[in-house]
Amino acid sequence: MKELMLGNKALARGLYEAGCSVVSSYPGTPSTEVTEEAAKYDEIYCEWAPNEKVAMEVAFGASLAGKRSFCGMKHVGLNVAADPLFTCSYTGVNAGMVICVADDAGMHSSQNEQDSRHHAIASKVPMLEPADSAEALEFAKKAFELSEQFDTPVIIKMCTRIAHSQSVVETGSRVVPEPKPYEKNIAKYVMMPGNAIRRHPIVEERTRKLTEYAENCVFNRVEMGGTKLGIITSSTSYQYAKEVFGDSASILKLGMVNPLPVKLILDFAAKVEKLVVIEELDPIIEDHCRRLGLAVSGKDVLPVCGEFFPNVIAEKLGVPVPEHAALGEALPGRPPVMCAGCPHRGLFYTLSKNKCTVLGDIGCYTLGAVAPLSAMEMTLCMGASVSAIHGFNKALGAESEGKTVAVIGDSTFMHSGMTGLANIAYNQSNSTVIILDNSITGMTGHQQNPTTGYNIKGDPAGKIDLESLCRAMGFNRVVVVDPYDLAACDKAVKEELAASEPSVIISRRPCALLKYVKHNPPLHVDPDKCVGCKSCMRLGCPAISVKNKKAVIDSTQCVGCGVCEQLCKFGAL
Amino acid sequence: MTKNIMIVGVGGQGSLLASKLLGHLLLTEGYDVKVSEVHGMSQRGGSVVTYVRFGEKVYSPVIDKGQADFIVSFEKLEAARYMEYLKKGGRIVVNTQEIDPMPVITGAAVYPENLIEKMEAAGATVDAMDCLTLAEQAGSSKAVNIVLMGRLSKYFDIPVEKWQQAIRECVPPKFVELNLKAFELGRGE
Repeated sequence: MKELMLGNKALARGLYEAGCSVVSSYPGTPSTEVTEEAAKYDEIYCEWAPNEKVAMEVAFGASLAGKRSFCGMKHVGLNVAADPLFTCSYTGVNAGMVICVADDAGMHSSQNEQDSRHHAIASKVPMLEPADSAEALEFAKKAFELSEQFDTPVIIKMCTRIAHSQSVVETGSRVVPEPKPYEKNIAKYVMMPGNAIRRHPIVEERTRKLTEYAENCVFNRVEMGGTKLGIITSSTSYQYAKEVFGDSASILKLGMVNPLPVKLILDFAAKVEKLVVIEELDPIIEDHCRRLGLAVSGKDVLPVCGEFFPNVIAEKLGVPVPEHAALGEALPGRPPVMCAGCPHRGLFYTLSKNKCTVLGDIGCYTLGAVAPLSAMEMTLCMGASVSAIHGFNKALGAESEGKTVAVIGDSTFMHSGMTGLANIAYNQSNSTVIILDNSITGMTGHQQNPTTGYNIKGDPAGKIDLESLCRAMGFNRVVVVDPYDLAACDKAVKEELAASEPSVIISRRPCALLKYVKHNPPLHVDPDKCVGCKSCMRLGCPAISVKNKKAVIDSTQCVGCGVCEQLCKFGAL
Repeated sequence: MTKNIMIVGVGGQGSLLASKLLGHLLLTEGYDVKVSEVHGMSQRGGSVVTYVRFGEKVYSPVIDKGQADFIVSFEKLEAARYMEYLKKGGRIVVNTQEIDPMPVITGAAVYPENLIEKMEAAGATVDAMDCLTLAEQAGSSKAVNIVLMGRLSKYFDIPVEKWQQAIRECVPPKFVELNLKAFELGRGE
């Protein structure tokens, strides 16, 4: 049956049809739905792991045991999982092991736009790149066969536009291969120097064989059209090239982007007058062509930064773009904002009011950096707030200790904040760490984590107690506050910054968007009492605006959290 | 010939159901279809856009400037923001609701006036209506999306029964009647 399917869902369908048995992932836009969709199949064991490194090691363990396995992550997640990746390239697999990495060119929801193909090249692992949902499904199935045929993990690279667009797929049925019995094989699986030295040449030989395979595999295809222009491309860039050039150009579409073929490219180049590589981000295919001695165009005209659109390709390659009308006036932007009733708001207001230096982390709360709160001065990567505050305070001592805080969400803390906290406990900096515990992984759309007490299917699971964990690490000062209570937040922040030993503040209240959270009725402004002082506006709440010099509350957005009420000196709210 | 529809609005306004309905309907009509949206950070009250493309064979999942046959907007300022994506001779179907973005809330900017007139002056054909009131009439302010679909349906050569059937297949049973009413009010017949 034909149906419209999200790229990520199609990939999950491919896992199902390929008989994949174990899935372990950490959520990250734009990869999250692969695992969420896989979890809907009862035949597949699925879980959210605390981070991507753990997820990949879980998948490796399942493969070692003889069952087909999978782990999914976003591009920056693969950095975290790079350690197991580089070495399971050496060990190879038992049953098929597939890794999905989803890049985010254009940075719709990411802190950088690194090109994950570099990881495939560096770890010497084959990488497939689907260009629509049908290919996502098909490639996922074939990736397991490839993994078992060549004794290697296989990476499937998605990108935002493939992951988050729906196109037509035809589904098939699930076929579970015979489990591969686990056999003790110390030389293959124990990567100590004596064994690893023997595995490295095997990896090199595998790459040679995979390159041969790439010359004539199902993933790469030539679509001959006009021969004045020949285009080598993959993924969404293929779709844009077809959109712009139709049959007027010839296309070599690469579905396998590591290793890259040699003869296939040389033969294609010989058939066309001019050769162009259209690829988002870094010039990887282009550099490969140059090494083959080909005259090729690519990043000399097309941008390295940001994602492509059809018009960019048309314009840079001399094809007219459609005319369009414009309003001719600058419009106010609409940046993302913390939701009305977001529990992070009260805490960030407190930090802003106390003029704290805030070292931040990755999550919804990164929006604390946005005006009018502007209460975040650093965001780097998962967990960096906790490690960086230690370095900051070691560098400045008393000068920074009394006014600097690290803020990190519950899920991010589990991901990689714990190790930074261990460093503070061990190497003793007088640092104040605030865990923003909203009882969910928020930004990626509500995934459970080890502190929530529920698993990926919503069933009861183990629950890590943050207070006990911090105390066990040696923190004597662990306080819990409700971020809706501004006075309590202010007291806790002042006291813990003044304390002469490291401390943890847990700001605890569930995300306002969680279905089980019950809301109070919306607040109303008494226009007779409101003097238009705009104190409430300092919260940056999207439900509050000022009309005719009086505050107005949008009752469709307000969830009655009452934080603004605590700021009004005139009792107008 | 590929047709292009852009659905734009503010994160959380319910464009997902509108694109689901369109995708389902167009696939049933035998077209190749692509529906593309962005999840994550921009959903938090930010400006959001969904691309719906259909035809014999669709390649690009996104629509670029000057290519949209229709822009369906859940909010007035967002219609203006994406106007440059409209094809020459294309049509904007817009809910006249105004939602202040953060720069307006903080006083750093003002909500522009007379946007409908300005869009028309710039050459767009604009079909503006107060979808929020009609949605409330149908029984829920959340039905703005289906009111807009009702209005959009007028410009398509697809029998009204097919749209109604698609609604029945895309919304939970207990909301079917409400949404059929919203569709009818949007279509305005």
